[in-house]
Amino acid sequence: MPPLARRLAEIGRAHAGPGAPAELIPTRPDVMIVRVGAIVVKAHAPGMDAALLAPRVAASARLGGIMLPPADTGITQVEERLVSVWPAGEPVDSGDPDAAPWEAAARLLAALHSVPVAALPPLPPAGGPGRMAKTVAALNGGGPEEDVVRAAAASLPPAAGRTGLAHGDWHFGQLVRHPPEAGEWTLIDVDDLGVGDQAWDLARPAAWFACGLLDPAAWDRFLTAYLDAGGPALAGAADPWERLDGPARALTVQLAAAALISARRKGRQVDEVERMLVDACARIAGTDVRPREPHTQ
Amino acid sequence: MQCPKCRGNMRTYERNGVHIEQCENCRGIFLDYGELETLTRLESQYSQHAPPPPPPPAHGAPAWGAPHGGYHHGHRQRSWVGMLFSS
Repeated sequence: MPPLARRLAEIGRAHAGPGAPAELIPTRPDVMIVRVGAIVVKAHAPGMDAALLAPRVAASARLGGIMLPPADTGITQVEERLVSVWPAGEPVDSGDPDAAPWEAAARLLAALHSVPVAALPPLPPAGGPGRMAKTVAALNGGGPEEDVVRAAAASLPPAAGRTGLAHGDWHFGQLVRHPPEAGEWTLIDVDDLGVGDQAWDLARPAAWFACGLLDPAAWDRFLTAYLDAGGPALAGAADPWERLDGPARALTVQLAAAALISARRKGRQVDEVERMLVDACARIAGTDVRPREPHTQ
Repeated sequence: MQCPKCRGNMRTYERNGVHIEQCENCRGIFLDYGELETLTRLESQYSQHAPPPPPPPAHGAPAWGAPHGGYHHGHRQRSWVGMLFSS
């Protein structure tokens, strides 16, 4: 276990008891998570601002039933990293994506979006648009695919949509059952929680669907559950794509940029899924770079 | 047989019971009497047997989305699972 992980395990044992075993949980490379019994301890990404994280943690403490409240509202600092402490939940089984709780996720997002921001401590902007801009800026290659993604990024419409409380980085890694096995699904990860265009929280699945990656039936279940729950991001729109189009374009650009960065770093060709994201970027930019195959019968 | 257009040499092909003469020079195709009707009939049978297009999504789709029917059940699922679960 790296030294930082051992320090996180000590913090965890202070909550979970001295005998609890510590385990490093796989996550993003810029974040470290150690589970100690019924507690998880998270070292947030380097450079995270305590003045932004503290109100986010405090807000989650008031969002029980929608977001997982912290085990401790205090934030500590270990080796220049901000550290927060949470109850351990049971993640969605990544080995069985067909069984992912699409309806529960949609209802939780609708409930989160219905919380008035005035009921919470003053929150910073939600993280979605910033993450997209950062990912595109990190695109450093000069190949034709990079040019397509940059052209799509340059074509994105200006921000619009209903502003309110938003998760800021929703995907199925941001959902756990708590308490494990017996409990209800709940949202986790406050790092991007804030005020922004709520349709961005629906934009990842919207982009997956639009790119042809997500089974239209699963997308339909998600969207129907969100609409049935009165989700404010789409309330009053005759066509959900009036609100989804801009954020879904942006997420497609972000996912394509992240895919190219990953492929270039590993020195491999883009795979079929990544190709579909880049093709969608070409359509977004209005330049379909890959000519259609002529019919051969 | 010589091509009526460019006088090139024509070769005979038989495809699904239809005789086709094609010029080796200009690639022009010559059909015997009744063969166009036979091709038309085969074509309409083909389109009758083609699977119907999938129904449009209940809640619409954006203009820049994957071409109609872009999703193919199953074979892509494994390779994009990482995207479902990570930032």
